[in-house]
Amino acid sequence: MIEKKIAGYNVLCNEQGYLTEPDQWNKEIGLELAAEEGINITDKHWEVLEYLRNQHKQEVAITIRKVGKSGIVDIKEFYQLFPDGPLKKASKIAGIPKPVSCI
Amino acid sequence: MKNLLILGAGTSGTMMANHLRKTLAKDNWDITIIDQEVNHYYQPGFLFMPFDIYQPHQLRKTVVEFIPKGVNLIKERIQSIDKDNDKVLLYNGTEIKYDILVIATGCKIAPQETEGMQGDQWYKSVFDFYTFDGAKNLRDKFKTWEGGKLVIHICEMPIKCPVAPLEFAFLSDDFFTKKQIRDKVEITYVTPMSGAFTKPMATKELGHLLEQKNINIVPDFNIEKVDTENNKIVDYGGKEIEYDLLVTVPTNMGDELIARSGIGDDLNFVPTNKTTLQSNIKENIFVIGDATDLPASKAGSVAHFQAEILTDNIQLFIAGKPLKEEFDGHANCFIETGHGKALLIDFNYDQEPVKGTFPIPGIGPLRLLEETRLNHFGKLAFRWVYWNMLIKGISIPFVTSNMKLAGKKTEH
Repeated sequence: MIEKKIAGYNVLCNEQGYLTEPDQWNKEIGLELAAEEGINITDKHWEVLEYLRNQHKQEVAITIRKVGKSGIVDIKEFYQLFPDGPLKKASKIAGIPKPVSCI
Repeated sequence: MKNLLILGAGTSGTMMANHLRKTLAKDNWDITIIDQEVNHYYQPGFLFMPFDIYQPHQLRKTVVEFIPKGVNLIKERIQSIDKDNDKVLLYNGTEIKYDILVIATGCKIAPQETEGMQGDQWYKSVFDFYTFDGAKNLRDKFKTWEGGKLVIHICEMPIKCPVAPLEFAFLSDDFFTKKQIRDKVEITYVTPMSGAFTKPMATKELGHLLEQKNINIVPDFNIEKVDTENNKIVDYGGKEIEYDLLVTVPTNMGDELIARSGIGDDLNFVPTNKTTLQSNIKENIFVIGDATDLPASKAGSVAHFQAEILTDNIQLFIAGKPLKEEFDGHANCFIETGHGKALLIDFNYDQEPVKGTFPIPGIGPLRLLEETRLNHFGKLAFRWVYWNMLIKGISIPFVTSNMKLAGKKTEH
């Protein structure tokens, strides 16, 4: 665990820069994390990020399929918003853990 | 007389039938189990069949020989669950009333979920190894295959036994080395996750294995379609990977009967309490094994640990007492790494796999998160343990339902 200053806030992160306490997240932090990934946040991005945060809060496993059926974006649009690895990038910006497998 | 009804006579359902017949009073409780399948497969063995390590007959027995005396087996196809009226409908028109329902209908591959996957190349240049037929057909293909681009691929999570595709990659390296055509086989591992390893300790300890075995890795690949005309897989971001032989793990889904009953999520998994295994559907419905939506691995060891806790909870439920919130997501899996070695991992919801000794703290004899020959023999011995102990509901010495921290190096 590393303490890091993001957008002027002290937050706890893991070695890969994912927030370990989702409650420490706010929109300013989201903006700065997005900028680090080279992403300009639009309203659509915020909708997706809010959706992911809600899913995480409800302890629902987050998958590409679920995002695609969220009614907010389809999978192709999700890729356009967060290019390359959309799920891991969006999770990082949303301040929630990276999706992991068992090892 | 009351009736406890189990749906599915696979690993979980068979274990529950054995546990419950020993614990529920025979003069108060009938136990009925329903499954249309004739065969019970040792599913961990499918991984080995393409490489001719296990023969088909070693992996197949009948469902009926593991159903204990005093349990009524019905070999029919299930239509749906009518949760409001506590009954299950069969395709032959029969209705079966229950007092307690245990859903153990597992999960299976759904290649139809991916465009182009199950076309005319299915079992010609596109294979799965999560089914008896898939593994057997792949074995036959490997017998004559002279090399080329071998792509080992995962469609989406969650899947049954998440480490199996990685083991498949390791065993392929071993197999083609022994066949003396390794230089003609390019192995690529394609995953929707951020890497072959996603957890910190496993990444640190095992990250070198792919490079060492000359296996290419393509992470963050979410498949949109299989283009069988041009022999390539395409992802939603437009990335393309060419193959000569595609070994894929299709989307895994719960049984269609869950969808027909209107009680599942979008992959037909049943919403389940992660510590008690009671369903979130109705209080007299419990769920075990691959059928649940829990964030635990879909694996036989998980079902084994769940079965012990669920047996206790069903007794508590009958007695009108609060359920134990004890299931911790415990999983324990051997991982073949090829060349006669294997890893062993032991983990739960909160504790990632780490190094240490198992099952006896400080002694072992098995070592966690390390490649050893003994772990490999453990994996092979497990087939005997499965047929003779596990599904009969016999406890494995020193191995507890809840994960033990003793003997584990949890400090980073």
